[in-house]
Amino acid sequence: MKVTPPVLDIDALLDDRTTEIIVCCGSGGVGKTTTSAALALRAAERGRKVVVLTIDPARRLAQSMGIEQLDNTPRPVPGVGAGAGGSLDAMMLDMKRTFDEVVESQASPEKARQILENPFYVALSSSFAGTQEYMAMEKLGQLHRQALDDGSHDLIVVDTPPSRSALDFLDAPERLSSFLDGRFIRLLLAPARGPARLMTAGFSVVTNALTKILGAQVLRDMQTFVAAFDTLFGGFRQRADQTFALLQADGTAFVVVAAPEPDALREAAYFVDRLTDDEMPLAGLVVNRVSPAARTDLSAEAAITAADRLRSGDSSSLTAGLLQLHADRVRIVEREQHLCERFAASHPQVPTAFVPALAEDVHDLDGLRTIGEGLADQDGVRR
Amino acid sequence: MTAPADRPVDWPKVRLHVVTGKGGTGKSTVAAALALALAGSGRNVLLCEVEGRQGIARMFDVDPLPYEERRITKGAPDEDGRAGQVHALHIDAESALLEYLSMYYKLGRAGKALDRFGVIDFATTIAPGVRDVLLTGKVYEAVQRPRGNRNREQVTYDAVVLDAPPTGRICQFLGVNSELAGLAKVGPIKSQADKVMELLRSPRTAVHLVTILEEMPVQETSDGIAELRAAGLPVGGIVVNLVRPQALSTGALAQVRNDAVDPTAITSDLARARVDVDAALVESLVAEARDHAVRRHLEDEQRALVAAEGLPTYELPRIAGGIDHGALVELAQLLRTQGMA
Repeated sequence: MKVTPPVLDIDALLDDRTTEIIVCCGSGGVGKTTTSAALALRAAERGRKVVVLTIDPARRLAQSMGIEQLDNTPRPVPGVGAGAGGSLDAMMLDMKRTFDEVVESQASPEKARQILENPFYVALSSSFAGTQEYMAMEKLGQLHRQALDDGSHDLIVVDTPPSRSALDFLDAPERLSSFLDGRFIRLLLAPARGPARLMTAGFSVVTNALTKILGAQVLRDMQTFVAAFDTLFGGFRQRADQTFALLQADGTAFVVVAAPEPDALREAAYFVDRLTDDEMPLAGLVVNRVSPAARTDLSAEAAITAADRLRSGDSSSLTAGLLQLHADRVRIVEREQHLCERFAASHPQVPTAFVPALAEDVHDLDGLRTIGEGLADQDGVRR
Repeated sequence: MTAPADRPVDWPKVRLHVVTGKGGTGKSTVAAALALALAGSGRNVLLCEVEGRQGIARMFDVDPLPYEERRITKGAPDEDGRAGQVHALHIDAESALLEYLSMYYKLGRAGKALDRFGVIDFATTIAPGVRDVLLTGKVYEAVQRPRGNRNREQVTYDAVVLDAPPTGRICQFLGVNSELAGLAKVGPIKSQADKVMELLRSPRTAVHLVTILEEMPVQETSDGIAELRAAGLPVGGIVVNLVRPQALSTGALAQVRNDAVDPTAITSDLARARVDVDAALVESLVAEARDHAVRRHLEDEQRALVAAEGLPTYELPRIAGGIDHGALVELAQLLRTQGMA
């Protein structure tokens, strides 16, 4: 039996003034960045004051949005229709700068300098896995606070980093705060806090083991870093908790993005389950890159049989080529349909929008508008 | 389609094949096909995954893999129908850390204490880069394992294929040992990191990039190649995946694009092939071919950009029915005939 999911009404979501944050998530390569930009543009041209936070846009798209420079500040996007009274700003995340700014805002100049120069901090903030997720959430929190203060924006659209797993991004704030509460941090802080209250047998075993593995110098760098960071921990923890609460709030809407491929839909299913478990507000699923339906209902089998017949007489038959292409197209469409129906069968409550595959990448606002229209107009789309 | 046994291959000295690619390009499929292709008669190949997805288990339809090398299938058969063995390993950072500790430090009680103090958790989830060091460290161990080992229980490998993180993170992932070596100026972890980096930068390693013929993935491949070179990591070949069917010749494509197809000829062909034909059917088939021709034209533009990288390049078709074991063997044979393995 064919399972048809409810339609995700994109325009209703964008026009709803209580929607303050839209988070686009999903596995890599499914068109998350394009979807976030298209949603942001459509919302702006429908009258919202939007800022879109992107992580790693394609170069030409970034250029056309005027954000090829990574300066961590929202910039107005040129060429956005302002007829409905809306506006669109865009920014690209600079994770190191975001981290530096948090440190600078929380610590005295002297202390901030100490931290920023620590080799452990330099490595942590610039190149190691996981930092991007923390910083995307941090920036989201900043933008939201700013929007509340000065009314500069009434909708924030966030693209999420291409994580190892889609869940890293959800876990980042929580992981940061549990780390900051952890015994390990207290352990590293112990020498800086003087009297060895923690000097139990277990403790010295641990420090000895760490010294053995890491070498005394790394441990010293880490201790200096953690000690300097000590005063900031409270602030960090509070911010991480606030961000998590913000993600759960009614004004937030998660849009899970996928492509009609097994891996992408599996990640999407994980994500939907996880959002439900954590009581995060799920708006729905966007399936990008849906192959165009066949133009005639000749079956793949009939087409292949006919192509074989023609080829036995003329191996270079053009008609046989046409039939083979048709069979290939039918099979791909059937496979995609099957995958989407399987998703819908196990998640029947998730509103879904399908976006047809375009022949070319999206490079400019017109391309984004086309995507936005496709998202909003689900009537003509095969379901 | 099988390749002759004594044919030349492009990567005879490579022991570690790292396969990366933008998300959605099918890098895990290519890594699996490459492992099957390398597992010629009498050869053992290890296929590793590090991203916690259990993609190998799904592709080969076996139970989820533990942190333990497991024989999962035979390689793609050669022309005599013989094949080597493909083993698989799912590397997770927690297990790799505990194994590393017990192998190098004989920590005993301290190992448990580390766990109790949250150090294992810290090291594998939060401490910068440690996760990647552990993952590459385990791969290093499998590659370096002395062949003809007295330890009969341990298989030694002629080649190791690593299904690596995507292009955007590959340099960070592979280069993380040099980051760490830079942080740790002395000490055991530095010498371990140095050894891993030495292998990764040597001619025994090749980093292959998987792409599809679309603009962004091709651009990312080109950026990735530049980054790998700048990081001193050995760039291997480019695998162009999910190529559309080449059912029409160049001449036929041009004919379709220029609307120069003769509908009467098609109609009589279809009637001859006993298809219930009408004008609408012919029109639809020609229109579908035109959609296809537009995409093929865009693919050709991207193909020229890939060729301009000047690296050995291999092409694999898009398989309409999806990827299963049979499809992987088919792809492996195609990699062999093109000389990748």
